Amino acid sequence: MAERVIDMSGWHDSLEDIEASVLLEAVHRHWGFDFREYAPASMRRRLAKRMHDESLESLSQLQHLVLHDRAAMERLLLDLSINVTAMFRDPMFYAAFREQVVPLLRTYPYFRIWHAGCSTGEEVYSMAILLHEEGLLDRARIYATDMNEKVLETARSGIFPIDQMKEHTSNYVRAGGTAAFSDYYLAKYDGALFHRFLSEHVVFARHNLVTDGPFNEFHVIVCRNVMIYFASNLQARVHDMFSDSLVRRGVLALGSKESLRFTAQEESYDTLDPMWRIYRKRASLNE
Amino acid sequence: MSDETGHPIVCIGASWGGVDALRTVLKGLPADLPTAICIVLHRPDPDGIAQLARVLSKDTGLTVCEPDDKQEMSNGVAYVAPAGYHLMVEDGHLALSVEDRVRWARPSVDVLFETAAESRAGGAIAVVLTGANDDGARGARAVHAAGGTVLVQDPDEAERREMPDAAIAMTEVDAVLPLDDIAGEIVRRIRGLVPRGA
Repeated sequence: MAERVIDMSGWHDSLEDIEASVLLEAVHRHWGFDFREYAPASMRRRLAKRMHDESLESLSQLQHLVLHDRAAMERLLLDLSINVTAMFRDPMFYAAFREQVVPLLRTYPYFRIWHAGCSTGEEVYSMAILLHEEGLLDRARIYATDMNEKVLETARSGIFPIDQMKEHTSNYVRAGGTAAFSDYYLAKYDGALFHRFLSEHVVFARHNLVTDGPFNEFHVIVCRNVMIYFASNLQARVHDMFSDSLVRRGVLALGSKESLRFTAQEESYDTLDPMWRIYRKRASLNE
Repeated sequence: MSDETGHPIVCIGASWGGVDALRTVLKGLPADLPTAICIVLHRPDPDGIAQLARVLSKDTGLTVCEPDDKQEMSNGVAYVAPAGYHLMVEDGHLALSVEDRVRWARPSVDVLFETAAESRAGGAIAVVLTGANDDGARGARAVHAAGGTVLVQDPDEAERREMPDAAIAMTEVDAVLPLDDIAGEIVRRIRGLVPRGA
């Protein structure tokens, strides 16, 4: 198979950037995780933080560590996987989803939703709660994927820190929640265990947006504030994959500052909600 | 080497009392400014509906907007970091991130300034305005170290002096100015960086 051309054009010729480029190449070759086409500005900062947290003085030292010490590689992976998230984060997105997408979902006897890059799963449980309140959870099969098994474990557990519940509750209310948020979990020590009925319809599985291809067809794909960490070339490839992974007239939901503008897929979608970046794939001519 | 090195970019950071200070600066900048402007204002609004861009766009010939991730920069346009996102300068475009707060701030002025220094080196012009904490000081140091320009609002007349004071304490700065003189100084500095006839 022909090796695709890797675009690392955003990296410079400074010593730090040379070391970073070499580190990313080494991690790819040894561990198989491909971070080479992640956005350089945020990757620089994350690598610098990891170097600092490991009490090292150079990225070359960090490279040595992550190549030879599996636990160190897992710490790096975790750093690159954890995304700042909360239940019903961007509450108005969920309100828009209720308004624009739920009516479409009602027309299907069954539907599949893919949360691509689900991290610790807050967004997935939020969606399950929303669908439950709309009477649609029984028809749903939710696929929640991430490249990192550790965060998937957290997501699968359904346990979230109790001190975050206040923020989650406030978001939930603003998103149009129709019940009491505390109805959905059981408080135990420092954790809130979310009820099993919510995750019964969820499959948590490992999938890497960079290296893995399509695995199913979905009625909805949600991928919010994940691809901002990818450089443009990689974003374009993932958008191609998403388009291939959507059923006829399927829905794509991005983060509130992510756009299809200037991508190859721009003309393939109608815009359902311009502010909250919810798109619907156009029927193609030969369908 | 980045082909953006040396190309000017104006990056402005402010917090408490910053909206009025920003408006004063933007008012003094011409619509045909041959660079883009990036702005980080610490924002209390969690929902981030883009009122701030609208407020800032009054009284200035510049276009003011909130950028999307990977948006390309145009001259004469001021890009305001959306609430809850870090704004970063990359080669040829702006990038957003939702990483941890830096010194309790997101958007962070340090992040903007540091990425501008990385991408533009001597072309980076960092402007520190009124603010209630020390965000921006380390970023200003990075800009100075990269050969860029650091302009600071006179702490004595700033609404809150902590931010300008912190920048002055952290690094050598190119000028400490009354608010009303900052726009003119920015224009002068850009002229020094853009070759004649470019």
